[in-house]
Amino acid sequence: MSLSDPQLAMRFGYGLSPQFAAPRGASGWIDALYGPDPGLQYQTPETGSAMQAMDAFVRANRALREDASEANTIARRDASRGVMGAVFDERRRMLLRATHTQVSLHDRLTEFWQDHFTVRIAPVRLRAFVPLFTENAIRPHVAGRFADMLKAVVTHPAMLLYLDQATAVGPSSDAGKRTGRGLNENLAREVLELHTLGVGGPYSQDDVRQLAELFTGLRADFGGFSFRPHLAEPGAEIVLGRSYGSGGRAQLDDVLAVLEDLAAHPATAAHIARKLAVHFTSDMPDAGLIADLSDTFRRTGGDLAAMTGVLIDHPATHASFGEKARRPLEFVLGGMRALAPDQARLEGLSNTDLRDLFDLPLEAMGQPHRKAPGPDGWAETAEAWITPQGLAARISWAMVAPSDIRRGLPDPRIFVDTTLGPLASAETHFAARAAETRWEGVGLILSAPEFHRR
Amino acid sequence: MKRRAVLQGLSAFGCSLAAHPLTTTMTFAAMPGDARLVVIILRGGMDGLATLQPQFDPNYALLRPTLSQDDAGAPLSDGFALHPALEPLRPLWAAGELAFAPAVSTPYRGQRSHFDGQDMLEAGTGMDVPIGSVRGGWMNRLLGALPGAEAETAFAIGREVPLILSGAAPISSWSPSTRLDLTPQARLLLELLYANDPLFHAASSDALDLAESLGLAEDIQSLGEQQMMADESMTNTREADGAAQLASFAATRLREDTRLAAFSLTGWDTHRNQAGGLRRALGRLGKAIETLRTDLGPVWGKTTVLAMTEFGRTAAENGARGTDHGTGGTMVMAGGALRGRQLYGGWPGLAEADLLDGRDLTPTDDVRRYAAWALRGAYGLDRALLENTVFPGLELGSDPGIIRA
Repeated sequence: MSLSDPQLAMRFGYGLSPQFAAPRGASGWIDALYGPDPGLQYQTPETGSAMQAMDAFVRANRALREDASEANTIARRDASRGVMGAVFDERRRMLLRATHTQVSLHDRLTEFWQDHFTVRIAPVRLRAFVPLFTENAIRPHVAGRFADMLKAVVTHPAMLLYLDQATAVGPSSDAGKRTGRGLNENLAREVLELHTLGVGGPYSQDDVRQLAELFTGLRADFGGFSFRPHLAEPGAEIVLGRSYGSGGRAQLDDVLAVLEDLAAHPATAAHIARKLAVHFTSDMPDAGLIADLSDTFRRTGGDLAAMTGVLIDHPATHASFGEKARRPLEFVLGGMRALAPDQARLEGLSNTDLRDLFDLPLEAMGQPHRKAPGPDGWAETAEAWITPQGLAARISWAMVAPSDIRRGLPDPRIFVDTTLGPLASAETHFAARAAETRWEGVGLILSAPEFHRR
Repeated sequence: MKRRAVLQGLSAFGCSLAAHPLTTTMTFAAMPGDARLVVIILRGGMDGLATLQPQFDPNYALLRPTLSQDDAGAPLSDGFALHPALEPLRPLWAAGELAFAPAVSTPYRGQRSHFDGQDMLEAGTGMDVPIGSVRGGWMNRLLGALPGAEAETAFAIGREVPLILSGAAPISSWSPSTRLDLTPQARLLLELLYANDPLFHAASSDALDLAESLGLAEDIQSLGEQQMMADESMTNTREADGAAQLASFAATRLREDTRLAAFSLTGWDTHRNQAGGLRRALGRLGKAIETLRTDLGPVWGKTTVLAMTEFGRTAAENGARGTDHGTGGTMVMAGGALRGRQLYGGWPGLAEADLLDGRDLTPTDDVRRYAAWALRGAYGLDRALLENTVFPGLELGSDPGIIRA
């Protein structure tokens, strides 16, 4: 028993679209996995200009502190708009990609890995690092090697800032001896516990500490990231029984080498296999699926395309359809895809529009955008999301957002087919006909369990 | 087929107007006239028989053994009684500012679908034009025909621009920041949708109350406070306030340069336990008309309000103390420009042989004729324009005389 095309579209994309035919069969999705990333047709942030915007904001802030003149006040306001522009461009890009590309597999994988490598940055002056992280550290690797993604993530300013590596120094380094500052274990611990081996994995507190020493020297700045040997703990470190940095002077290659080894560890294979299976198939995934994913990871040296391919075509993936609830972000993007507002409308959304359509509703649904509560990311279980308040916020969005995002709503009797196709229950078909108004009909279809289950 | 050709010509006309906005600006001599028209679309199918109750007709109580006892109204005229929820409008009746057409409908027949029925009501077309083939509504075409019309001349009020005002002529729109009011029908349908999924079912009963207390975006933060507003009398007040807010905004615009306004009221699809839902829906309609009268002040005398629904409901009550989708229904008219204190359009009777398809009140007249004659009375539009452009295919017939001379 294989998944139907609409089921595959719900599981591995943002659902059906009135504009694009869904890929045919599991092989259609696997072809897409090995094809170019269609999302790249929509503008990606200019790394340089986003960095410049943050740099300009920091300078403007400093200038204002020194001299509270009107000119400096205006300059800082403009600089903060520059940073927020880069932040909100990410929303526009996500909406465009979800709505106007035929296959959303790369988007869904990007969100999965973004969550696996959660970053959250509160200060406005640094916030543009997050979309840069998504575009540069995560997205290019979703069908590549896990080790490459891990290395890009651990050396990215967003992660270095989020998990406090950016201020750590080796206690015995020149800088450490001079300033008395020292290690921060946060990033090293999460790399072992969350990103690679998994909690309960084969590592000790000593390994955490040694890895933290090895990470010293990694720095975030507005040029991107740098390795500063004078901050790094001198001497060799031993992680999982293997020695790194015995060559004398600390160097970035030692950090990259330990990450390669962690990525190749069997415990990492098992951990990643389980997470993928949980996210895409079931809160209680099939053991055979996890074993097959884990074997693929080990056999291919962490080839994520190969692993994702196994996931898409696995019998257990097909047997578990409907067990997962879409998270709020997936629901909202799926709703956009179904409603299909035109490209100009999405590109023209103001920051205020985005706040009303996207940020505030996601907050009400329990998933404030890019603000996961901790480095372990968002909850997976359906029960965590389909709560009275979470469902209320979903219904509210379903009823209100469609008429805000497009002028002239589709006929619900047609919308039920373009949105759910054969997945629509008899009750949903009935509701689509029986609703009093177009907006309630569309709202009911977007509120139906079939639109939230995958 | 002939009708379609007429419509295609029409849309070309609309486009050419839109392409040359300069032809209509800055000429104070060309003004859209002084009359005001407010259209209230009653979405969901208002039950005309409970609104204006034919208590004189012995079949009424036979067809509706329980519903005729619920909310029986006091006599109004010719043996018809007024639903108690509309009592606040009785002074308007006395002043000649309120009228009803108890048995009218659009030309829509057959499927009894809300969406098709509303599309036809708003497009202003008949069964000779395929539903959905006409983009744009009759008020927008009317706007295109008014001399000196600008975007400010017509206002769509509410969450979305309704079909009735959509089209080639530019209009203005405004959406009040209201909380989400799920109609009783939507609540029932949501409960139906969630019945088979235990997780959604468990969350849904509280979720539905919460969804209604959730506002649009700006209210979301204060969820805690909103939960305290769940009790029913407050809900009724809140709903009436929502209708008053729409009407009040319409009035502020109509006192200025706006001549045409449209908004929608929902909650009319009373399939089950109709009495409570209809009471609230009529309460909102009454409140909207009262608010227009108060807030329009001196302009009320130049105003016509037409409240129209996509279809009436079955003559007989169903097994759930409700009524199902029907055909003929009641049009409510109000305003200082109206020749009120009148029932228009005749009465077909409720005997079995009188009913349409053996179930619905038979319409005695086309609801578009009243709208068209209101436009003719208010703006002096000529017959050909009304029959070919605003309501293509309508035969205007003789003047029912709803507008004061």
